[in-house]
This record gives sequence, C-alpha cells and structure tokens, in this order.
Amino acid sequence: MAHSARRDSPELPDFSLLKRLARDQLIYLLEQLPGKKDLFIDADLMSPLDRIANVSTLKQHEVDKLYKVEYKPIVSTSDQLCFLIRPRIQTVKWICDVANADKAAGRFRRYKIIFTPQKFYACEAVLEEQGIFGDVTTDEWAFYLLPLDDDIISLELPEFFRDNFLAGDQRWVRTAGSALHLLHTVYGPFSKIHGIGRFSKMAYESWREQVEEGETKARQAEIGKVFLIDRDVDYVTPLCSQVVYEGLVDDIFRIKCGCVEFGTDVTSSDKRVKVMLNSQDKVFDEIRNEHFSNVFGFLSQKAKNLQTAYDKRRGMDIQQIKTFVSEELKGLKQEHRLLSLHIGASESMMKKKTKQDFQELLKTEHSLLEGFEIRECITFIEEHINRQVSMIESLRLLCLLSITENGLLPKDYRSLKAQYLQSYGVDHLLTFANLKQSGLLVEQQPGETLTVMESKVGKLVNDKAAGKLTDAFSSLAKKSHFRALSKKLNLVPKSDEEYDLRVPRDMAYIFSGAYVPLSCKLVEQVLERDGWTGLEEVTRLLNGHEFSVTGSSGGESRAKNDAQRIVLVMFLGGCTFSEISALRFLGRERGYKFIVVTTAITNSSRFIETLLDNHA
Amino acid sequence: MMKSKPDEEDYWNSSKFKAFTFDDEDDEFSRLKESKQAVNSIRGLVEEDDDEDDVEKVSWSGEPVGSISWSVRETAASNHRTDREPAFPKINTETPPLSRSHSGYSLSSLFKGKTKGGNFQSITDTLSDSSVRLYAPELRKPKSEYKDYVSDWSPEETVHRMKQGKSVSLEKFRSLQDKLLLLDFSVAAHDGNVITAVLIYLKRTLSKEVLFRELESRQTALRHFIHYLTETRDQKLLLELLRALGRTEDMVLLQYKEHLSIADENKRRDFLKSCLSLPFPADDSAHVQDHYTLLERQIIIEATDGQAERGGKVEMFHKFPRRASIVNMPLITTLYYCCFYHYEEPEGSFSSPLNIRHTFRISEKQFFVTALAARAKLKAWSDVDALFTCRNWLGFTRKRSPVTFSRVVDILQKNSAPTQVLQDYVALVDDVTLRISLAQKLKCHDIIINTYRDLKDRQLLLGYRGKVEIGSAEERKIIELLDNQVRSSSSSSSSSSCDFLFLLQQIRWKN
Repeated sequence: MAHSARRDSPELPDFSLLKRLARDQLIYLLEQLPGKKDLFIDADLMSPLDRIANVSTLKQHEVDKLYKVEYKPIVSTSDQLCFLIRPRIQTVKWICDVANADKAAGRFRRYKIIFTPQKFYACEAVLEEQGIFGDVTTDEWAFYLLPLDDDIISLELPEFFRDNFLAGDQRWVRTAGSALHLLHTVYGPFSKIHGIGRFSKMAYESWREQVEEGETKARQAEIGKVFLIDRDVDYVTPLCSQVVYEGLVDDIFRIKCGCVEFGTDVTSSDKRVKVMLNSQDKVFDEIRNEHFSNVFGFLSQKAKNLQTAYDKRRGMDIQQIKTFVSEELKGLKQEHRLLSLHIGASESMMKKKTKQDFQELLKTEHSLLEGFEIRECITFIEEHINRQVSMIESLRLLCLLSITENGLLPKDYRSLKAQYLQSYGVDHLLTFANLKQSGLLVEQQPGETLTVMESKVGKLVNDKAAGKLTDAFSSLAKKSHFRALSKKLNLVPKSDEEYDLRVPRDMAYIFSGAYVPLSCKLVEQVLERDGWTGLEEVTRLLNGHEFSVTGSSGGESRAKNDAQRIVLVMFLGGCTFSEISALRFLGRERGYKFIVVTTAITNSSRFIETLLDNHA
Repeated sequence: MMKSKPDEEDYWNSSKFKAFTFDDEDDEFSRLKESKQAVNSIRGLVEEDDDEDDVEKVSWSGEPVGSISWSVRETAASNHRTDREPAFPKINTETPPLSRSHSGYSLSSLFKGKTKGGNFQSITDTLSDSSVRLYAPELRKPKSEYKDYVSDWSPEETVHRMKQGKSVSLEKFRSLQDKLLLLDFSVAAHDGNVITAVLIYLKRTLSKEVLFRELESRQTALRHFIHYLTETRDQKLLLELLRALGRTEDMVLLQYKEHLSIADENKRRDFLKSCLSLPFPADDSAHVQDHYTLLERQIIIEATDGQAERGGKVEMFHKFPRRASIVNMPLITTLYYCCFYHYEEPEGSFSSPLNIRHTFRISEKQFFVTALAARAKLKAWSDVDALFTCRNWLGFTRKRSPVTFSRVVDILQKNSAPTQVLQDYVALVDDVTLRISLAQKLKCHDIIINTYRDLKDRQLLLGYRGKVEIGSAEERKIIELLDNQVRSSSSSSSSSSCDFLFLLQQIRWKN
C-alpha cells in the first residue's frame, strides 16, 4: 500500500538467470544417459523442479515416465533408470534394493543417480556396501538456488535446520558456501560481509576458500553487501504467530515453493485451486506485507474501484467498447479473479482464527515477549494442553515460554511435560529430548536464578551467563538472553503507546506493534554501523561468533554505486515470511533493497515439526 | 613447502602404497585449474620459512591467534595459498580444541610435520637415487599435477581434496596417528561430508574400543558419527557407543524409541514392559510405566468393546459407532473415550473414568475438562450439571469449577450446547465485560438484560432493545424493566407476592 518509500531504491538483479543455469545443467546431465529412460524424483524435489522445468522439457530429453520416489518396489519397464534425489542414505539404500532386485531377477538395466545439490561420501559408501558401486553411475546437479520471487531465493533444504542445529552435522556447510559462491560469481563481487553464528562463520570460510580456488572475473557488482545469520541466533521470531498477510497465509494454508493450494472454502466452489503467490500477482503484491487488519479495507476499496472500472462501459459507443474489451477487459477480469481469491482467503482465515480464539493466543504471545503476567501465560498453555487443542501449537508456546524466560522453573517443566505427554502421547518423550538438545525447551538449572536476574537487568556480572553450553555433552543448545537483548535493542515497544498499524513506524508492525524481530533488528543495526562496533554487549548476549569483513577489492571507490545498497541476507536454518516483510519495510525506510536467501522458508509449525520425534 | 622429505621411519609406509593405483577421475579442466594454482603457489613454496612467522600475527578480528585450531587451519590452508592477497580475510571459525592427549604424539612434531610437508615419501623420491635432486622436479613441474601421479597426499591435502569432491584413497592412513590427523583436519575444515567420510573409514579400520575412545574427546566428530549411525540405522553400534560414553539417558531413549517400529500392539506392549527396567531418569521412568500400563489397558478395553459392538447389544455403540481403535491413543483421548462410553461404570472397572483418573494421577482440572467435553458431546446435560455441583456446609448447592466459567462456556459451545444450557454458565462468569461479550456472542439475551439491569444502566438497556426481535419475550422483558422505572418511582410499597416485581422496584437507574 501507500508507504512513504524512498524513491531512490536500487533495482534488484535478475535472478531468472539462476533458473536457466540450473535447467541447462539438468538437461546436460540427462543427455549423459542417452536413450529413453524413466525418471524417479524425490518427493520434495518435485515442486522445485516444477519451477525451473516442465514435463515437456524432460520429455524432450528422452525421459519416458516420471515417478515419485516412494521406497517401494518399482514397476518400470524401461531399460534405463535415472534417479533425481537429495543425497540421503535412505533413498540410496532404496535404489540399491531396486538394483539388487533386478540382479536377482536376472534383469539388466542401466542406473544413474543424480544427486542434488551435491553427493555425499556416505551415500557412495552405501552403494559400495550394497554391492552396487560401479553398476550405477552418479552425477551431481548443482541446483543450489531456487528464486521464489524477485527478492527471495531458497535452497529448499528444510533438513538443514535439523541436521545442523539438532544433530550437529555440518554436511550442509559447504553447500551453503557454494550457494553463496554461485551468487558471488554471477552477481558479485561482494564488498562487505557481516555475519553472526557458528555456521555463518563456517559458510563464510567455505565460500572464501571457493573464491580463492576459482577465478574471479572483474565485473560490475550487482550485490554489494552480505549478511549471514544462523537461525539459532533468533529462535523467538519463528515461534511467533504471523499476522502479516503473506505470513498468515503460510501459517494457515502452507505456501510450498511459492505456491499455495486454496480449498473449497476459499474458492467458494467445488474446486481447489493452486495459485502462485509472488510479485506477479498484483493484488497479492500490494497486500503481502500488510498487517492482516488492513487487508480487508484494502480489498474492499479495490473491489469498489474495480466496479467503477467495469461500470465505465455503460454509455460507451461501439468503438469505445471495442477498445475497452481489447485493452482493459482482460486486465480487469484478471484482477477480478485475483481479488475474489484473496477476499476468499481472507474470509477463510478470519473464520479459522476466530474459531480458535486467536486474540487470546496473541495476547499470551505478547505477554511472553514482554515478560508480563507469566503465570497467566502458563495457565493458558496448560489449558491448551489439557484440551488437546493442537499438539504443535502447545509445543510452540512452551518453547516460546522457555526461550523468553531462559528456561522453565523445574516445577513448571515437570508438570507441563507430564501433562503434555498425557494429552499427546508418551512417545513425545523423544520430542522433549530433541527440544532440550536444541535448547528450545529447557529446565532452568539450579543456581541459575541469579543469572536470570542478571539477564533481566541486562547486565552480566561474569562471563558464565554468556558462556555457551555448546561444548557440553553433544548439545548445541545455548543460553537465551532474550529479556536482556530485548531491553538492549528495544525489541518490545512500550505497550501503553498507541500503534497505528496502517502507518507502521518500525518493523514491530509485523507483530502488531508488539515486537521487533531480533534477526531483522540485528541486520538494521549492523548496516547502520557498518559493523558490530557498539554492539559488543549484544553479541555477548548472543554468544558471540559475529564477524565483519571487507574484501580487498571492495574499496571506497565502489561504495557509491547502487550495488552497495543491495543487501543479501542469508538465513542458515530458515526464515519466515514475517521476517522478509520486516526487511522489505526496512529497505523502504532506509533506501536498501534486500534479497533474502534462505535454506528454506519456515514458520512456527514447520519449525516445531522438524523437531518432533514421535514416529518411527 | 609441499616437497616431501625422505624420512627413514616412514619409508615402509611409502613403499607400501607405491603399488596402489590412484584413480583420478578429474577432467582436463580441473587439472588446468590445479596447475594454475600450483604455479601461483610456487612462491609460497620458496618462502616456506615465513609460515612460522604467520602464526605470530593477529587475525583480522583482533583475536589472539596461535591457538591450536587456528594453526591447524592455517597450515591446512597453506598448501593452496596463492601469492596474491586473499580477496577476503580468513576468520576464526570455532574449532573444538584438537586434543592430542590420546594420540600419543607431541604438538610440535605435528606442526613440524605439517609445515614441512607430508610425512611420506613420494614415488619420485624412491625412484631418484639422490634426495638432493628433490627440489628440482618440483619447481619445474606444478606440484599438484605431479601429485596426480602419486597417491602421496598428506592428511590435510587429502581432506582438502575431499572437500572439493575429488577422488582420494584413504587406505594408506594406517597408523592411528594418521587416522586421527585425518579426522582432526576434516573437523577443522568444517565440512560434515568429509568428516563423515573419514569416520566411515575409521569405523571400518579401527576397533570399536579405540574408535569410541578417540571420539570421546572429539565432540564434533562424535556428533557426526552418532548422526551417521542413526541414518544408517545401525542401532546396535549406536547403543554400544552411547553405553561406552556413559550417555545413559540417550541410550535408554534410543531403546525406548524402538517401540515405534513395532506395529503389533501385543508385541509393542511386551516391548514396553521390557523397557521398564531401563535406567530412565526418575520422571521419565514414571512416564514409560504409564505408557506400558495404558497400552495394556487399551488392549483390554478394545477387545471388550469391540466384542460388545459386534454383538450389537450395547445401545451406546449402536447410537455412536466407534470411529477408530483406542489402542495407541494418548491418555487423555482414552479418558475421553471412557467418559463417553463408560461414564457410569464403578471405579473397579478397567474402563471406568474414575479408575483411569486414579491410576494415571490425572489432575482435577484435566479430568474435569475432559469429562465436560465428553458429556457435552453426548448432550448429557444433567451429567454436565453434576460435574459442577458441590454442596456447602448449609446443604445449598452451588456451582464450582476448576477452570474459569468462560472456559467452560467455550467447551460447551464447541460441543454445540443449546443456548438454554449455555446461559446458565455464562451467568456464572464473574467479569462483567467478559460476561456481556460472551452473552452477546452466544445470543444469551436474558443474561445481557439482567446484567444491564444489575448495572442500573438504562441507556444500554434501551440500546439493546433494538437488537432483540420485536415482539419476543426478551423485548417484553426489556419493556417491563424500562416501564418499571416509572412505577418504581411512584410506588415504594413492597409487593412480597412476586420476587420479580420486588427486584424491579429496587432499580434506581443511574442514567
């Protein structure tokens, strides 16, 4: 909507090139296996593949039938099988089973595995162990980056989060480095890189090595600055309910690879529709970053305008009607379709949210963020659990409580855990173990009370409080100092002030004015200071690992060019649509353009789901 | 600096792997690239002595350098360092301190070995008679090209090549020291793929005892190994590892987790029973006990109820057919089920809600909420009412609830209770604003009218008149109340015959 945008915002680079690169490489790989072949695709690669190629592209390169990898015996009659998969041990084992079954049946076929974005030694080890090594050719499809929109690029690796932050497996570090390297090669050279977090540092190092190994062509930079951030630097933001339109749509309908499926309640017909949600959708583009409370008003205004435009045709003569039909009608119809879709979606979301006492839920979240009436919040969460409302939602609130309060009191922890297991199954003992290991839901250790006090006043008496638990027993958990951080960075605006959501004054608008997302606040502060100077206390509370580096080639001479105001923010472990909206807001305010690169788009449900462990 | 120095002690090793054929799949292009780098690195080669000085420098971040991890990375990187200034500086990524205590070699020898190049003799060396000639071929020939013909990679070179996805052979790393160097360099390189590859090799070539012992002091490698074993579902080895490390809590959880892959409920129950003896922490032990008891009971209930349902004699099952088996459901779902189908049963019965409540120590609030929902679903309003009833010492009944009445209303409403039932509970909501808003939402006109009356707010009452149907009982009531104002001001005599009138006469409108 009408934001007071700075007019001089630079243009974004064209990322469709990345799609072309990926497509060309895939075609090349398919051609390495000449002749007709059946293609098996990992389920979670299907949507990304859809975004860069279509069935006819594959058919043109002699792909006969397409199958989804389902871990079952196959029915293909083709003599050549090609598998397009993520490098996962389970999938490779299945391929070995397929090949071994063929061998046992005396059937000869050619097999090719294309790993994307790269292969892992562990997968090849499986081929070797199963006696298939040599019978199968392997290749790598360096499909690192999928542009989801003009300013969003995803690695489509949701497992990055669990592998890194729960299991402590660094297999994707080089992948992240390579993705950055690709962007650097095509849109660089970068002149300045800031970052925070252990994996950000590692990804930076990996990228730097790859730059040194490769050749650098001198070219005009399109992206000047880079900010890398680990998801565990800010767990609070992805745990909050989203109230900005795009985030809310993701929370409720789940946007998958930039596409959402609306049910019959939205379309008010008996058909479900799949819709691409990006800047091409002009209606969506105008409301995606808006607080939900503004969306209705906007849409109805839009509907009125549309009506007026339609009405124009009354009193037209034949010639005018002809022009109207050929020039305007199509656009109007398109707009009409989009408008009714988003009105339908808004209504449906409204209904769903009223049904589940959204207001009360938000109130609890805001109280937790503010550190106010914590007892009432605990009672709310308890009742939520008692009534078996939602397994995921209950866990989300428990995590939010733990992170903001720096752990639960042992008494509360025990009681809430017991009630949770009663309501949702004892199997979740395993989930609780995961949450503990990742530091998302922990019990306050005896003797920590003082530390909590310290962190509340935002002062650290000694380094103990800022110390990582990282080195302790295989846990990657670290202490959260949310209260102190919130105070230092002014993340929670004073609640007595009126906040006009139609005219946002800061990034807090994405959470109804109740909270400025920590991740985006860090980006703002570091860009403002061009480094971490003056943020020493903050980085200490964040357990360190911050860095700011300048490339020797990126001197002052380049600083004036537009590229320096194009900032790439890379989230290692996922980011939410709310964060993207917040950065877009920041960009408009400060004359930056942000490009968000993320290992995956996440939200509170996906975030919690990756940590569940109640299934075999 | 990568030239090899003949080392008597390592001779057997180098002659050993001489026979090994190195299969390099690299294409021309990558060789070209390597050559280029190698050419660039010649200067570094000549100036190798400077490397020692590098360690004294302070890193860009101002952090003191010279830590073990810093040096390892420094040397690891030095073999591909180019003579130009790096475009971007190196940063001190966190590396767990490399513990040498178990490795049996000193730090100084480690670094000496590294900066002076690999410990192994190359084929060229063995072929040429004199070690004096050693420098010449290397300076003439880009070293990496030359390296392609001999499988003579040092641990750090090997790790470096693995990072780039080039083929290597690990077979020659046979001493424990070499294996651990390989592991430590892979950890220092932060590439999980390489770390796991090295671990797979170590798993194959080291005894469990030795491997476990070495992993204990290498947390990053250990995490990778645990994850690898989890992914390959090598449960047996994983359990052994956790046991060896004394990580009892992880071990018992892993064992407990196995029940998820047992589909047959009787087998699952028996498995859970066997879990009871595992050394769980006290709290979890109680949870697992509950899990077992619950499943055992669910199996019995399911058998009995299934039979009853098929027999067709029990009306409840006829009227409300069971939608799914109760087996493997959470405790509260089971309680709900029992409140639904077995509410009246005496406490001695396995399926009695009261029995379940006591066996599993369910809190009053939890029990109440569940029973309320179940009885409301059945529209058994008298049961609902009875849940709240408690007598005080005078024998009067009053309604009491462990959860707020607004929550009660919410539960009832979600179970589609009719307005007559709802309003009884809406009326009990203490907070006036909340009561009004609930009543408005649920269209409990009486409550709103009564509340406005109690507030003596004539204006609100007047306003509400417009919201009720014309000619309805509610409208009549509002009219009566409003009319009463006139009467009440004229007559102050009490009419004891009618409570309602008596009340009316008390109204002193505040507006």
